[in-house]
Amino acid sequence: MNTRILSSLLSLALAPLALAGGTLKVVSSLPRTGSANAQTTSMVNGIKMAIDEVGGQVDGFKIEYEDMDDASPQRGNWDPAVEAQNANKAVRDESVIGYIGTYNSGASKISMPILNKAGLVMISPGNTYPGLTKPGMGEANEPRIYRPSGKINYFRVVPTDDLQGRVAAEWAKELGCKSVYLLDDRELYGKGIADVFEKRAKELGLKVLGREGIDPKASNYKALANKIKASGAELVYFGGTTQTNAGQIAKDLRSAGVEAKYMVPDGCFEEAFILAAGADSLEGRTYITFGGLPANQLTGRGAKFREAYTARYKVEPEAYALYGYEAGRVLLDALKRAKEKTRAGVLDAVRATKDFDGALGTWSFDENGDTTSRIMSGQTVEGGKFQFVKVLGQ
Amino acid sequence: MRAIQHLSALAPLALAAFAHADAGSDAGAGVLGQQLVTGLSNGMIIALIAIGYTMVYGIIELINFAHGDLCTLGSFMALTVAGALGMEMWSGVGGLTGVILLLVTAATFCAALNWSIDRAVYRPLRSAPKLTLLVSAIGCSFVLVNLSLFWGGLPMQVFGGGVAAAAPKDFPALVSDNSLLPDAWRLNFTSSDLMVWSVTLPLMVALTVLVRSTRLGKAMRAVAQNPTAASLMGINVDRVIGATFVIGGALGGFASVIYALYNNTISFQMGYRTGMDAFTAAVLGGIGSMPGAVVGGLLIGVARALSDGYIEARWTNSVVFAILIATLVFRPSGLLGAKLRDKV
Repeated sequence: MNTRILSSLLSLALAPLALAGGTLKVVSSLPRTGSANAQTTSMVNGIKMAIDEVGGQVDGFKIEYEDMDDASPQRGNWDPAVEAQNANKAVRDESVIGYIGTYNSGASKISMPILNKAGLVMISPGNTYPGLTKPGMGEANEPRIYRPSGKINYFRVVPTDDLQGRVAAEWAKELGCKSVYLLDDRELYGKGIADVFEKRAKELGLKVLGREGIDPKASNYKALANKIKASGAELVYFGGTTQTNAGQIAKDLRSAGVEAKYMVPDGCFEEAFILAAGADSLEGRTYITFGGLPANQLTGRGAKFREAYTARYKVEPEAYALYGYEAGRVLLDALKRAKEKTRAGVLDAVRATKDFDGALGTWSFDENGDTTSRIMSGQTVEGGKFQFVKVLGQ
Repeated sequence: MRAIQHLSALAPLALAAFAHADAGSDAGAGVLGQQLVTGLSNGMIIALIAIGYTMVYGIIELINFAHGDLCTLGSFMALTVAGALGMEMWSGVGGLTGVILLLVTAATFCAALNWSIDRAVYRPLRSAPKLTLLVSAIGCSFVLVNLSLFWGGLPMQVFGGGVAAAAPKDFPALVSDNSLLPDAWRLNFTSSDLMVWSVTLPLMVALTVLVRSTRLGKAMRAVAQNPTAASLMGINVDRVIGATFVIGGALGGFASVIYALYNNTISFQMGYRTGMDAFTAAVLGGIGSMPGAVVGGLLIGVARALSDGYIEARWTNSVVFAILIATLVFRPSGLLGAKLRDKV
């Protein structure tokens, strides 16, 4: 008798908690094995800060977080097999309500259809290849093939390459270059951004002296550098990342005596790039574009984030930390707004995100799932550190 | 001899391929010369590693897939030493001392490691089927790759403080990239090119002398021809094989330092690609033949440079393998390969 009263009393007291249903899970799929690891750590830190900001729970639901690696030691870079595995694992785990990733656009190509069929929301802090969301910007069947269910479940908080490649070409012209030599790593991201650069460069009247797809695993590019030197190009643009050997190219250009400027996109905007290239090869000749602002140029909420980040982790955030944070925040905000705390409920809420008070100012998701934020910046390397030069494309 | 005729038959073909590019102009010739220098330097590094493959194959008919990764470890050893001694500050004579120190350390380390691998893994499998040996070699390769991944994560400044184990590492430029030739020649022959040539060529000569005219060399050739007969003649086969691994390892160690100083970048994965190039070179030249490995290595280095320079970088791998296939069609045992006994 006593126990019955006690247990009913207990169940009454616990009712709200029991109703709340316990735990919801956020997962991320970002490259851990490889030189992108430092960038990933930074993004994961950002996600963790977003979760801690809401006290690790939303409306009585405890938020759990799992950090998945989408790279493999064989590739030292993202791996299609691992990415597919991660996506399937997230789909199978019923408590997962949000998938943050990926860093590499090519990886999203793999996981987007898998998550789309399951109606699980995916928010990328790093993908910039336009074709993932924008009709007419990539292959003819893009982005339809990523949306087998016909509904949009993929969103990104970072501006795309059709904007970045464009401002890069404009910046090249502004720097006084008249001729360019284009290289790309033959990956989705690298080739895509080099294509945009090439198109814009031609419009601006820059002479494109050559275009080559490199082998990202070659031991050096000295022969290619000789060829570039003979072409007399004033700027070398490489569509690629640190992981696809941007550092080695910088070294070989220098050792071959190429005096051209060297411009790279945001895939190289990480300390690992300077580490791989050696500061001497980059000093005073390297230009890096980035879809967003570097941490030390942030104002308002962004500046607060940077302050909290450095206080907590004792290091400066890498470029994408802010986007990890932003992806986490927009997901949790949607979870809070969602009437039903289910995958479908969260997806609807994310889709409805309007005038979000973000770390990079106020922005919304447009009808393709892209951020409306368009802030771009250009930096160079001075004294072995990235140095902000200016806001681009304004 | 026949092989030389074969090579000379290839030369006009190659020349015709890029003749349009340097249509009589001075600049064109300069660029061609430059690509040849670059190609030869790259080729020598490949050749040095290829010798390691070919020696082991010649003597125990094993394609030692771990050899490329052994070189990776060699360059990690070199970077560790360079970092510990603060070599990035050394220049001039100091730089030269540094290079010699690194060469000796890495060569010793790789020789010892290669010998240990043979002792611990391959020797117990001597009488096992060849396939067992091959699979163990692949296993060794994985172990070595992961060792270098672990090594790259050590908290040393040269490894980026250990935060990014897998990131490519910058290797201090002990040898400068300034050209040694007068500007008017419009040709860069840099100190690093000189270093590559002046380390590689003497090593190749020394190796040839060793194999041709020393007791050990004679024993090696005997074991290669017929291990059973060699042991009946009183040759300690295991010791000779051990010595082969020591020599192959030492050459790999030299190559790893030259590679690191020439490219100024090392990474835990570099062994795969350099190993693949070297293995291709060994097959192209005729696996088991040491001069073949050298010819194969140089040929691949030059073919790569010319393809990068005159065709397009993205075709380079295809060009290299097309040459390999074409060669094997006409000479199944490679350019300088002897008629082989039954091999795997």
